[in-house]
Amino acid sequence: MSIGTPPPLAIVEEGIPNAAKRRRGAKTIRIRGSRPGFWVYGTLGAVFLSAVFPLYWSFVIGSGDATTLRGPFPWVPLGNFIENATAVLNNPAVNFWPALWNSIYSSFLIAAAVVITSTLAGWAFAKLRFLGGPALLVFVVATMAVPQQLGVVPLYILFSDLGWTGQIGAIIIPALTSAFGVFWMTQYLRQAVPDELIEAARVDGASMIRTFWTVGVTAARPAAAMLFLFTFVGSWNNFFWPFIVLDRQNPTLPVALSLLQSNYFVDYSVVLAGVVLATVPLLLLFIFAGKQLVSGIMAGAVKG
Amino acid sequence: MTATESRPQVRPAAADPPPRQPRVISFSHRLSRWDLKVSPYLYISPFFIMFAIVGLFPIAYTAVISFMDWDLVRNSGEFVGFDQYVWILTQPHFWTALRNTFSIFVLSSVPQLLLAIFIASVLDRNIRAKTFWRMSVLVPYVVAPVAVGLIFNAMFADKSGLINSWLQLVGISAIPWHVDPFWSHVAIATMVNYRWVGYNTLILLAAMQAVNRDFYEAATVDGAGPIRQFFSITMPSLKPTLIFVIITSTIGGLQIFDEPRVFDQFGRGGSAQQWLTITLYLYDIGWGQWDFGRAAAMAWILFIIILGIGLINLLVTRTLVRDEGMRSGLSKRQQKRAARAAKKQVKESQR
Repeated sequence: MSIGTPPPLAIVEEGIPNAAKRRRGAKTIRIRGSRPGFWVYGTLGAVFLSAVFPLYWSFVIGSGDATTLRGPFPWVPLGNFIENATAVLNNPAVNFWPALWNSIYSSFLIAAAVVITSTLAGWAFAKLRFLGGPALLVFVVATMAVPQQLGVVPLYILFSDLGWTGQIGAIIIPALTSAFGVFWMTQYLRQAVPDELIEAARVDGASMIRTFWTVGVTAARPAAAMLFLFTFVGSWNNFFWPFIVLDRQNPTLPVALSLLQSNYFVDYSVVLAGVVLATVPLLLLFIFAGKQLVSGIMAGAVKG
Repeated sequence: MTATESRPQVRPAAADPPPRQPRVISFSHRLSRWDLKVSPYLYISPFFIMFAIVGLFPIAYTAVISFMDWDLVRNSGEFVGFDQYVWILTQPHFWTALRNTFSIFVLSSVPQLLLAIFIASVLDRNIRAKTFWRMSVLVPYVVAPVAVGLIFNAMFADKSGLINSWLQLVGISAIPWHVDPFWSHVAIATMVNYRWVGYNTLILLAAMQAVNRDFYEAATVDGAGPIRQFFSITMPSLKPTLIFVIITSTIGGLQIFDEPRVFDQFGRGGSAQQWLTITLYLYDIGWGQWDFGRAAAMAWILFIIILGIGLINLLVTRTLVRDEGMRSGLSKRQQKRAARAAKKQVKESQR
């Protein structure tokens, strides 16, 4: 919703006479914006390298053989990556392809469900008045401090009663809702939708659900996209609960990865080739959607 | 107010009740009123129904189980009071795990925050290719903690791992990362920092960008240097965000499991529990020794620890970082006293 956004600064500055503009510009430059020098880019470069190097390193080691880890680090990839990757893919103890498929569809379902339940609840908390609403919202936020560990024992008992241990459903069902998601959508919708818009829709005779659908869902779209991304990444990388409840034949990628290492002797070139294989899907996602992820984190923080 | 003028006109109408307006209570009207009342609850119900089943019920049930000696075969328990809690608290492993968790938590959260503030303040400058740099700090965030653990575990290999070979290049003898408790904590904390520095950087960067730039302008005019500006303007403005970041990293840091789990191939916290953490221990009690009563008690102890540390952090951060908008360097009481003195002076000067 672009309602209420101030006009971009550039337009305001166009009206300023040249001399004033220059003086203003000069002032800003002197205070904060002095084009930063080498050390700034040096620092950022170092940060960039330390973020990317471990991934590059695991690719290089993953392209070597069992001795590569011990020797001096070869700075360029060796020729064995395909071979190591094949070893991971064909290892019957790892179940890579089922793990990949499980990770994809469980993360997708979880993210979709979280977006739906959070948008609905967020809309109600942000824009509808009802008895107990504010108290319930406080309650939702408070539950964000509860650690995952507090629920795992009963959940395990519950799912083993249902005969679901080892089933991927056991990791999907508990993740269908998210307190963070509700909070996120509430915060976003509160400032993104002016109350007048809802009143107007009501006066025009729109039912609640129609108002939600035409006004709420439309406005929520950017926040929903970000929530989807975050939930997807979080669910993809989740380890503790899937490790407990899934069996080794039907893992998700992190569980499969942890199995790579738990053999009696470890060939790290194979392990790290597996790490690369398991990391590439999310890196691809990041290349496409990283901008949204960044702006999502930054947007969430201002309000948080 | 004009209300006083119109009041006499209203009064007679209030005296004898006005004739009831013939309201048309059509079906659609009634439907719409019902709609208005019930809809909010319908919208929040999917969340709360699911949450009750997979969130609230387990929490309460964990409390119940923690007072029981749980029998896996019969799938029921026998009430034993606080025995399970006593058992946990008398285990030496528990205290080792608690110490390790704290040590890893401090070693990760402190440098993580300092680094994040530093990198954020660099990103906050007027740099080129902003989006590229912002994205690059976030790359580790999408890598699974297990993957990070495996990568760094190999880098921190005791014999001729990459880190040790680099250390030897600069003349430092190899560090026993997997043997010495302290160094194993450093290695695990490094993994945590790798994954979370960028995330916290962006959160803090957002808060920095929200600071009114006029403050800096005014401070420069007043002759404050960049460091003074950082501590007197930037830091106080970061306070709410800092509290948020500290609380979330406390909750996450005390639950650490993934990285220590894959720090060696056995996943049990090292030969002498050097890097056994509370959650690792909880897993071992629950799914290694198959004792759910004790695991549940462990979970509640962890929760209480998290609450306690969270509260302490909140209080400490509140006191240490001065309030937003309070830039005079005086405490609230001092400000009040100063205000009172000023008032008195004004009064006396008027006399």
